Amino acid sequence: MSNLTQAFHLVLQTDVLLAILLASIYGLVVGSLPGLSATMAVALLVPITFYLSPIAAIATIISASAMAIFSGDIPGALLRIPGTPASAAYTDEAYAMTRKGQPELALGIGLWFSALGGIAGTLSLMLLAPPLADMALNFSTYENFWLAFLGLMCATLVARSSPVKAIASMLLGLLVSCIGIENPAGTPRFTFGVTDLFGGIEVIPALVGVFAVSEVMRAMMSAEPPKMPFRRFGSILKSQWTLTKQYVKPQVRGNIVGIIIGVLPGAGADMAAWVSYSMAKRFSKTPEKFGTGHPEGLIEAGASNNASLASGWVPALLFAIPGDTITAIAIGVLYMKGLNPGPTLFTEQASSMYALYIIFIIANIIMIPLGIIMIRVASRVLRAPRSAIMPVIVLMCAVGTFATGNNLFAVMTVAAFGVIGYVMERNGFPVAAMVLGIIMGTMVEQSLVTSLMKSDGSIIPFFNRPVAAVLAAMTIAALLWPVAAWGWRSMRVATR
Amino acid sequence: MTTRTRREVLAGGGALAAAAAIGAGPAFGQAYPARPITLICPWAAGGGTDATARIVAAVLEKELKQPVNVVNRTGGSGVVGHAAIAAAPPDGYTLGIVTVEISMMHWQGLTELKPDSYTPLALMNEDPPGIQVNASSPYKTVKELADAIKASPHGSMKASGTGQGGIWHLALVGWLLAMGLKPDHVRWVPLNGAAPSMQDLAAGGLDLVTCSVPEARAIIEAGKARSLAVMAAERNPAFKDVPTLKEAMGIDYNSGAWRGFTAPKGLNPEIAKQLTAALQRVNQSKEFLDFMAARGFGVKWADAEGFAKFMDEGNKAMGVAMKAAGLAKG
Repeated sequence: MSNLTQAFHLVLQTDVLLAILLASIYGLVVGSLPGLSATMAVALLVPITFYLSPIAAIATIISASAMAIFSGDIPGALLRIPGTPASAAYTDEAYAMTRKGQPELALGIGLWFSALGGIAGTLSLMLLAPPLADMALNFSTYENFWLAFLGLMCATLVARSSPVKAIASMLLGLLVSCIGIENPAGTPRFTFGVTDLFGGIEVIPALVGVFAVSEVMRAMMSAEPPKMPFRRFGSILKSQWTLTKQYVKPQVRGNIVGIIIGVLPGAGADMAAWVSYSMAKRFSKTPEKFGTGHPEGLIEAGASNNASLASGWVPALLFAIPGDTITAIAIGVLYMKGLNPGPTLFTEQASSMYALYIIFIIANIIMIPLGIIMIRVASRVLRAPRSAIMPVIVLMCAVGTFATGNNLFAVMTVAAFGVIGYVMERNGFPVAAMVLGIIMGTMVEQSLVTSLMKSDGSIIPFFNRPVAAVLAAMTIAALLWPVAAWGWRSMRVATR
Repeated sequence: MTTRTRREVLAGGGALAAAAAIGAGPAFGQAYPARPITLICPWAAGGGTDATARIVAAVLEKELKQPVNVVNRTGGSGVVGHAAIAAAPPDGYTLGIVTVEISMMHWQGLTELKPDSYTPLALMNEDPPGIQVNASSPYKTVKELADAIKASPHGSMKASGTGQGGIWHLALVGWLLAMGLKPDHVRWVPLNGAAPSMQDLAAGGLDLVTCSVPEARAIIEAGKARSLAVMAAERNPAFKDVPTLKEAMGIDYNSGAWRGFTAPKGLNPEIAKQLTAALQRVNQSKEFLDFMAARGFGVKWADAEGFAKFMDEGNKAMGVAMKAAGLAKG
């Protein structure tokens, strides 16, 4: 108990509380700008943490990342441009809701269920850290392969267009992920001797290009749409409680999936959102409503990506193994502040650990008032003339991606993918599926090749390790399900 | 905080642009340094090299009385950032932290850059590899592990620590060669660095991992892995009970990942001297030493001349090791 009192004492310092507040505002702004991801928000904070006390330093990272993942939903819902990759999975859904005249509902869902998801993730960190960490340590490359493969299959589930076009887009994404030398053999592929291409195509510039720049190009090609009838933005939280009661199952499922994916090394909030959105669709009683502005998928995926944030800290704190790209940076800061990750952190520095939990809870609670202010401010873009918004978006994309890699090559990448995204959309190929291919491509290849090297080319370990076997069964079932369903339907038709 | 970070980013970008505009002609008549300095780090924020760059930048800032901004130019396993350092104008306003990879990548044909593509300033750190096994592994000493490796069929045992041809791969190759075995007697599984390798070791996917002991620390302390030996001349003071390879097996093989500071080639010798002197004061500062001790990183010092010699010798040794391992091109 004394640890808990001490922890409150650590958190209730002016510098820590100020750090939480400022980092939250910062995270909200950065997350809502296309081209600046939650990871980027945290990376930019690293130099500042140098000058802060240990608890304040960790507080900035926790608050900024939680806010950024939520506020990535804002431009997604208002402009169909996801602010971070974690929002890409359900951007179309949220935007459809805005077109239906319910932007406050879409954004309210993002805010409310993000906060609940974040708190659920924190509880998992507090109560289940040791068993979750042991689960993470059971994941070898074999299990990672199945996980990445399952992630790839979400492409067809999420897309509203024909599955064939979704698969084609995803394969294009996989091809893009081949560029560079970060492959198991360390061999340059498709680099043409250009140094910048050695680093490969990063997810952020590609994402910004296919979503934001192509959206601007579409706007240039078409006449200004009829203005949405002017009206006051309604209450943001009003219907959330009803939705919470109505969609208990998707929400709980989203939290659990988010927690599990967050704990696993190499998979983070992006993948959590994809998997949860497609699970929501698969298990929904009304899958046909998905993509038309239906809250179910938003609830599940919005809860999931924020839940994964907190649980990503479990392996980071216990073993210094990052659960996602954000905790990879956080581990460096923990070391720098003398909070060396490891089991001793939980025993010898228990008060610091409790302080960390308290910060997580505070961050997820103040997300609600700050988020409401942010939504109200951001909603003005709906009333601004398109000719004013679009150039600003292009400018933000260029500045944001330049900051990501500190080089102009990223800006060129954005431009190139803008054109690619535009052409794809014109022809009915979903760009989200391509982004998924780029995100998962490296993981699929790495885990497959390294697994086969470990097993001397045998595929048996993909099936005879217990966790791998379960994942393999899930993957194969998901693969065969559409075939079986189709076969069943045609048989019934035939017997009639 | 929002405005501040964004301003810093813009300032970093602005500094780059200004440096490019001014070109090779430093502002004569003004005492160096007259404006902020950019320090390029070829590895991502949050990693060991980034941390080293940032602590050095923080202390160097006090020495030079000018801000030192760390800019991460990542990607391509270090190629992109190392190229950016070499291509910057040699006016003393763009410096870089260079890592052991600079003496390896050109042998693989990945870049034209070699250690002598830079103006060396100072060597600050070196970390030797340790040999780690799973906690439930039957091998209690490095001798037992070595005997098991010798008795095992070619390629049946698996190791990792980093990607193909990375520094920890070369460390394993060097150890195998020193034992009179083939360089690929233990198969290397390329993984994305030390943390994923240690995780796979704990998950039971690998037989051993060669990476520095600080990188393996958390998993060892969690009781999931053991460190059997370090490939260094001396034990690591932070891990006193891990013997050196020489103590345990009588094999005198040392290796290590190092980090040093350089400027683009063609830097004014006066400025270079001033920077080396400032870096020496950083190397002896309490702040730097405390930080390195807390992380378990090895502190090393060599001035410009010593660093050049160190890189040259390391470069030749790497060439021999990489050719033996079949990793070198041409």
